Amino acid sequence: RFGLQYSQGIINGSNARCIALLEVFKQLIRDYSTPPNEELSRDLVAKLKPHISFLNQCRPLSASMGNAIKFLKKEISCLPDTLREEEAKEKLQDTIDKYLREKIVLAAEAISRSAFEKINDNDVILVYGCTCSGEGGRQLCSDSPLGSTSPTVSCSGRPRREGRETLHRLVRKGIHCTYVMINAISYVLPEVSKVLLGAHALLANGSVMSRVGTSQIALVSKAYNVPVLVCCETYKFCERVQTDSFVSNELDDPDDLIVLRKGQAQLGGWAENKSLRLLNLVYDVTPPDLVDLVITDLGMIPCTSVPVVLRVKNVDQ
Amino acid sequence: RLHGRSEESDQQESLHKLLTSGGLSEDFSTPYPPLRANVIEAINELLIELEGTTDNIAMQALEHIHSNEVIMTVGYSRTVEAFLKEAARKRKFQVIVAECAPFCQGHEMAVRLSKENIETTVMSDAAIFAVMSRVNKVIIGTKTILANGALIAVSGTHTLALAAKHHSTPLIVCAPMFKLSPQFPNEEDSFHKFVSPQEVLPFTEGEILAKINVHCPVFDYVPPELITLFISNIGGNAPSYIYRLMSELYHPDDYEL
Repeated sequence: RFGLQYSQGIINGSNARCIALLEVFKQLIRDYSTPPNEELSRDLVAKLKPHISFLNQCRPLSASMGNAIKFLKKEISCLPDTLREEEAKEKLQDTIDKYLREKIVLAAEAISRSAFEKINDNDVILVYGCTCSGEGGRQLCSDSPLGSTSPTVSCSGRPRREGRETLHRLVRKGIHCTYVMINAISYVLPEVSKVLLGAHALLANGSVMSRVGTSQIALVSKAYNVPVLVCCETYKFCERVQTDSFVSNELDDPDDLIVLRKGQAQLGGWAENKSLRLLNLVYDVTPPDLVDLVITDLGMIPCTSVPVVLRVKNVDQ
Repeated sequence: RLHGRSEESDQQESLHKLLTSGGLSEDFSTPYPPLRANVIEAINELLIELEGTTDNIAMQALEHIHSNEVIMTVGYSRTVEAFLKEAARKRKFQVIVAECAPFCQGHEMAVRLSKENIETTVMSDAAIFAVMSRVNKVIIGTKTILANGALIAVSGTHTLALAAKHHSTPLIVCAPMFKLSPQFPNEEDSFHKFVSPQEVLPFTEGEILAKINVHCPVFDYVPPELITLFISNIGGNAPSYIYRLMSELYHPDDYEL
């Protein structure tokens, strides 16, 4: 059921997906019962595999989900054999809850707080797409009496138009907003003082993997000398390296690009035309020199410190 | 062609001549019978030139596109369409078209190109930087060329130009000479034209419309440093040469209309 929701795009955004995944795993563990003559730890890991590959087929796993699964597998295999089944299951569910709380919820709050320090009064901020962490920062500073004067520009790209969601949320909080499409950023940027972006994952060479269009915004902001701040929780850091957006990316439904204009779709018959293809990428990779600061729950770090954080995390575990 | 000034002296606008010319010497109130015929002849010449510009530009296509290239373009331009169609007769290449939200003219361009069996791919504007690493050349059309070599082109072109510069991809602008304007850009905001923001955020999203601003600019300013080459009906030029061409095309009195 989760797979269906997930592949349809009802659950969207890397944080939401990870939270939903962990909830599903908790459910799975609750319903699980060890068959006789089997060890809990080994068997549970084996049981998880087909589920994971099913989810992978619905939609490729995100980096955050990959990290969560790795963590879970490690926890399961570290379970001491002396525990009874009930206790083991309890313990696992507790660790999942703790992971959820620490890495996702509290991290988001820490990021909001740090972002709040960086946003001054009368700053005009550009937000792209719909990011939980970027928005959290924005909302937090709107709650304080000082911050509510900073106007925000919400930018949105076709075909997903996630900027609209951000727009609604911010307006509900009473923040003064402007809405533009991504092709208008050259017009808006001279008046913007900071750009807040969210990330899907941070790669080990410092590149930021995020919603398609983010790299463009970072590029144009650099040309106008506007600082680019990326908000990302540490559990999204991953070991992969990627230099461009083609090597491994996700393709979305190409029919989303078709637009109805005066009741007629220009690209209506594109499947029959063998010279015509539609490309709808989901992610893109921003090179580290276009990003000025990464705000994480561990503090504010430059992009190039990502491998350091990864190393420290591995040493801890 | 005006009575009183010969063509050669118009073009040699050296500083010396400007200083010593001493103002207009002819009197515009004297009747000049052949004027009407002259003007009609000049207009006819202009018409012929205008009709032939697209073909002239397209004839240069083969020199610039070679086989197995990936070419990127944005929006819909008839000049670029003719250019690419002419090249497709002898060479095989691929084209990536960035649709130009919110009007999505790129869709029409893609459909027309694919009818000529050119392999075309349509993608969203947001993916311009993402695919730029695979692109060999960027060819675009424009609305206007300004006197310093800058462009006023459809919204989104500035992003495209910056991405091309970042990846060191040549940016070629195909535009006929009549698009050249004698004005220099005074301030970047002075030329903007906006259209109804309904395209961006439809009126059906009514409740929040009162609390937000929506912008929908039609044009973008692209500075001359980002452009590699202008291809026009008189040949290829660098952006730094445009100011000279302007002096050939416009009489100095006409710079400020």
